[in-house]
Formats: sequence, structure tokens, C-alpha cells
Amino acid sequence: MDFALTDDHLALRDAVRRFCDGEYPAPGRGDREDDPLAARRHAGIAELGLLGLALDPALGGSGLGAVEAMLVAQELGRALANGPWLPNAVLAAPLLAGAAPAALAARWLPGLVAGTRQVALACGEPGARYDLADVQTTATASAGGWTLHGRKTLVLGGDSADGLLVVARSAGAQRGCDGLSLFAIDAGTPGLRVQPVTLLDGRRAAHLDLAAVAVGADRLVGPLHGALPLVQDAADRAAAALVAESAGALDALLALTCEHLRTRRQFGVPLAKFQALQHRVADMLIALEQLKSMACVAAMALAGPDAAQRRRLVSAAKALAAQLGRQHGLAAIQLHGAMGMTDECRAGHYAKRLITNGQLFGDAAHHLQCVAAPRPH
Amino acid sequence: MQLAFSATDEAFRLEVRAFVRTHLPADIRTKVERGLRLEHADYVRWFRILESRGWLTPGWPVEHGGPGWSHVQRYIFDEETLLGGAPRIIASGIQMLGPVLIAFGTPEQQAKYLPGIRQSNTWWAQGFSEPGAGSDLAAVRSTAVLEPDGRHFVVNGHKVWTSYAQWCSMMFALVRTDPTAAKPQEGISFLLIDMASPGLTVRPIRMLEGGTDLNECFLDNVRVPVGNLVGELNKGWGYGKYLLGHERTGIAGIGSCKQQLARARSLASAQGLGHDPLLQARLAQFEVELMALEFTALRLLSAHQRSSVPAVEASMLKVRGTELRQAIYETLLDIGGPEALPFDAEVQCLDAAAELPAPAELGTLAANCLDARKLSIYGGSNEVQRNLIAQAVLAAV
Repeated sequence: MDFALTDDHLALRDAVRRFCDGEYPAPGRGDREDDPLAARRHAGIAELGLLGLALDPALGGSGLGAVEAMLVAQELGRALANGPWLPNAVLAAPLLAGAAPAALAARWLPGLVAGTRQVALACGEPGARYDLADVQTTATASAGGWTLHGRKTLVLGGDSADGLLVVARSAGAQRGCDGLSLFAIDAGTPGLRVQPVTLLDGRRAAHLDLAAVAVGADRLVGPLHGALPLVQDAADRAAAALVAESAGALDALLALTCEHLRTRRQFGVPLAKFQALQHRVADMLIALEQLKSMACVAAMALAGPDAAQRRRLVSAAKALAAQLGRQHGLAAIQLHGAMGMTDECRAGHYAKRLITNGQLFGDAAHHLQCVAAPRPH
Repeated sequence: MQLAFSATDEAFRLEVRAFVRTHLPADIRTKVERGLRLEHADYVRWFRILESRGWLTPGWPVEHGGPGWSHVQRYIFDEETLLGGAPRIIASGIQMLGPVLIAFGTPEQQAKYLPGIRQSNTWWAQGFSEPGAGSDLAAVRSTAVLEPDGRHFVVNGHKVWTSYAQWCSMMFALVRTDPTAAKPQEGISFLLIDMASPGLTVRPIRMLEGGTDLNECFLDNVRVPVGNLVGELNKGWGYGKYLLGHERTGIAGIGSCKQQLARARSLASAQGLGHDPLLQARLAQFEVELMALEFTALRLLSAHQRSSVPAVEASMLKVRGTELRQAIYETLLDIGGPEALPFDAEVQCLDAAAELPAPAELGTLAANCLDARKLSIYGGSNEVQRNLIAQAVLAAV
């Protein structure tokens, strides 16, 4: 049991924080970014080596683990960065490196690591909520490969992706755990329509329509009919990263809120003198410390050998992050008074991020159910 | 970073678990599991068993008989003993006075008092709170005046909420020795007082749940030898703060939380609520919150492996741990439902072999729930803890 960070950890964290401080100035954090700005930030994140963070050095990656990913996510959350890191580095890259045919990995990964190619995982569907096995998009065997039909929703980074990893049902019933397969599709493939969508916190995503999209046999990623564990692992990685992002965001939000309470004066004294407000700040700090702990736990759990235990710990962390993140994001708006309701004040932008993180890859109720499910031992 | 406990710590955990399983008397375990009141003799029996293994005083330095454990080992010890159905180590001689005497007492005081604490021959009462000095402890008004010959103090005053005073033969007390001091914290001294002294009377306070373990102590011209002053005259406030800050490893009460959550699960099954979705959701929520509390305690402890945990972090653990435990006790009461309502103030005093009112186990739930309200009041109320946390964070950012 050890929560200590090594010097290498600290160096990585400081490098990302320096980058974020320069690239995401505090007064504009959470603002919508135009395409040139998004591209510049993407290039900067690539230059830091963050896109290939988890990949083997032989694939151009940095060969780092989940703890390092947690540190990166915390810093990105602190800066309200909403770029390509989560879809590419956390979701897509390990999937490609671990399960894609060698030729495909060799074609897609170097660009992903360099920031010149984007890949997005399409695992959500209309009405499926957080059930990764609830897949109605079909993959039918055809001459030379597969034909895909269906609709995928809320594909993070899907609006700007060059390649898409699409979960489709190749066998079995709608919610069956077996019979899911993962296909790699180029963004320009005929029959694929990409509808960009912006989320509450400024994250970019897309809905996909697939109408008789032809996919070559060499584009199957992972085992036929056996993609669910791969997708679940990716969702666990994303959930853990989102917990860390929320910890970073709440940390920054607490600092902003304290600054406001110390400088804003009413009734002749700084707001910080009022005990009712002090107690809300105390509760925010207690929540933050718990989130930081659970971000560490989720990260360490990802590396654990037992899938059930890993999922339980990640779910506990994600449930807590969803609850505490939203609760204290909204509380911070209250503590900022009417200013907190404006688009100019950053408190609301942090609240949006905390709410969004809570409802991506499983909300509190979903993950509480996972925790409540019969235990592995 | 490493999520698993080290092999050494895991081995230690098994050692503690096996020890508790083998040596904890079954009747004591039953009382703890049913939420029944423990007698003085029960505690003494268990404490002597622990002492025979060298485990009674985990917070004491090795040279004074402590086992030399790390924070993490102390954490594991607390957890395993409580999960095994053992009573908490509640004696304030062990938890509070011992460390103060070791740090500030004379060699004579140490030689005279520490062995009695370790052997559970002497129980110590904590004479801190007064009717006008609760969370604001610096407001103590009990006085100690040195007699002209300089050999005795004469103490007058009124102490309150004195736990287990009926079992105690000695008291350590904060008393005002310089009423003219500029600040309330100055002019307080730390005195050791024989409970058998003429002029000292103890009156039990009957509590909501029927217990009488808290007391008032009246001191009417009680003469205390000057050799019973700990440390320097008028410096008692600092010793008192040291004492309150010393016992922080177990402040979150995680072992107790786990103990009660396990009790809630088994009681829920027994009451046919094993598949009640609303109850199961609450229990899952507790499990998540308990996990967050536990890992936060471990994270903060591991950051301070060799030093004490800073006050603000201890305050956070105290607030979260006590509020979680109270919420679990409330849920236990819900699990009891209407059958938790028949209330017999004496039920907690039954011995372990006694037949509990049918259905078994439900008779203590209300009393336990009410008794748990003390958690957010004692040791500096949770509101005071929140003041301290906020002051630190508002000043630091």
C-alpha cells in the first residue's frame, strides 16, 4: 500500500502542468476552441509524448502506465482541456496496439502518436445508456469482409477522427455478451455519415450513421464475436481517466472558489469570514481528498490481474467522482453568487466538466449497481 | 504506487487476525457483535490479553513498551481487531495520558503510572470538559491554587462528560493555575488527581440510550500533591493539545465502519431485505464511501509514514468517518423497522448469554444509533473540525 509519487512521476506532472498553463490560460479555460487552436494544442500534446503514453517504445510510445495516465488526466482536467488525449491515447491506442492486425497497427499508430492521425472508439448506441453489450449495429459477413449497418452515438473525438473503431454485433442477441466484434473503418468510407456534436463541457464528439458500410476482412480488431472484454477494458481506462480529470478539475475549482471568498467583500468583510461558507469549503476539500485517493486507486486497479476486482474498484471511484464532482461543481456556483451563473466566470465551466465527466462511461447509479453486484469472492 | 499491502503487512494482518480468533473470549465477541454494553471486567480481560502479546499500546514508543509499528500496521491492527469482534481500546490512560507522560512527565511519574496503565490496574479519567468548556476547551474554569507551603494544590471545579469515571482510580485534568494570564490558553496546568481524594465526587449522567458511562466530577477543595503536576506550571494547554493530536491513526474509525456495515448486511438478510433494491443501493453507497475513506486514510498515512498526521488531515478523516458511521447506524435502525422500536434502556446491559428480546439483535439498534450521535460531538465537534479545515484551506490557497 503506497501512494507515493516518484521523481519521474513528478517530472511528468510538472511538464504537463507547464504545458497547460501556457496553452490554456486560466481566464479562458473551458471556452470553445476554434480549429487552428485545437490543432495547435493537439500538436503540443503529441510533442510531450502524451498520445503514445501507454504504448510500447517499439511502437513510438513512452511505455508508461496507468499512474502516469492519471497524472496527465489530472492536469488536463485542471486546465479544462478537452482535446484528443482521451479518445486517442486512452481509448484507441491501447486497443490498436493490443488487438489490431499488425499491418493496421503499423499504418495507424505512428500517426496517432505523432498527432497527425486521430482514431475514435464508437461503442455507444441510442438507448443503450451505459450497457456496452447493448449493440444493435450489425456486421454481416460479405464477400471479402463485412457489411455494417446501424447508428453509434457520442463517439468522443469522432468529429475529427481519421479512423473509427466501431463495435458491431456479428452474432447473438441485442444485449448478449458474446457476438460483438470491433472493426476499423476509415472516416471517408462510403455509407458512413459523421454528425459532429459538442457536449456540455465543450468536448467534441460525433454520432455515426452506418448504411451498408463495407469493411475488409483485414479490418477486424481483436477476436471475432469476442470484442466485449476489449471494449470493457477501454471503458475502464476511460472511467479511471475521467475520475482523475475530475479530481484535477475540482482541485482547480476549489482554488478559484477560495480566491473568490478571500477577495469578495459583503457586509464589510471578506466572504471567507462567514462560517456557513467556510463549512462548504471544508466539505469541498474533504471531497477533493477522496477523489484524489480514488483516482489513484482506479489507476492502480487498472494494472491489477483480477478483472472483477478491477472493475469494482474503478466503478467505486467513478460513482464517487460522479456524485462528488457534480455536487461540488454546483456548490461552487452557489459560492460565487450571481457571478457564478455567468459564462465569464470559470466556476460554471468547471461545473460543466464535472457533470459531463460524471455521465460519460457510466454515471453514479450505473457504477453503484456494478459495486452492488455479487462479489467475485 | 502500489495498491496491495506489502507482503510483510499482509503477514502481519494474518497474524493479528489469527490472534484475535484464538484469544478473544467468545462472550466478549458476542457482546460487541450485538451492540451490548461491555463491563469494566470485559475490557480489562481483553486488554490484558493484548498486553501479554505486547499489543496494548501501539502508540507508545518501543522503549516504553510500544510494538514499534508503522502507521499502516497500526491501521491494520485496528481494522483486524474490530472486524474480529474485539472491543475498541477505549482506555484514556493508554490512548491519551500515556503519550503525554512519556513526552512530558518526570521519570518518577513515568515509573509510577505507566506500568499500571499497561497492566490495566489503573484506569484514568479525562478531566477536560466543563459545563462552560466543551469544544472551547480553553474556557476551563476549574482552579488549582498552590498552598502557602508549596506542597499541595487545592483544586475546585466541575468536570463533565467524564467517560467511565466510575471505573477510574485516577484523573488527568486541565485546571486554571493563573487566572490573570493574558490569553485563555495560558495559565492552564495539567494535573494528576487521585479519584479517592476527599472532596471529589462522581455523579453518573443518564444518557438518551440508557447508558451511564459518562459522569460529572465535582472537585471541592481537593488537595493534590505538587509532584502530580505534569510538565511546567501554566503550560498545560500545550500538553492537552499534544494529547488530543496524538491518537490520529484510528480517527476515521474505519474498522468500526466495516464492523457495522457487515452487521447491516447480515441483519438485512435476516430481516428478509437481502434483495430490497433501495436498501441495497444504500449499502452500495456506503461501501463506496467507506472505500474512499479507507484509501484516503491510507494515502494520508503513507504520506506521513514516520511522522504524525497533520491536524487538518486528521480533521477531514474525523468528519468523514464519524458521519459515515452515523449514517450506517441510522440504516441499521431502518433495517430493524418497527421491531427496533420496543425500547428497554437496560437491554444493552444484558450479558452475552442472555436471551435478547425477540427477534434477537434488534433491541440494541435504537440505543446504538442514539449513542453514535456522540461521534460528531466529541473530540472537537465536527463543526469545529470544519472551521479548522476551512481556515487552513482559505489561508493556504
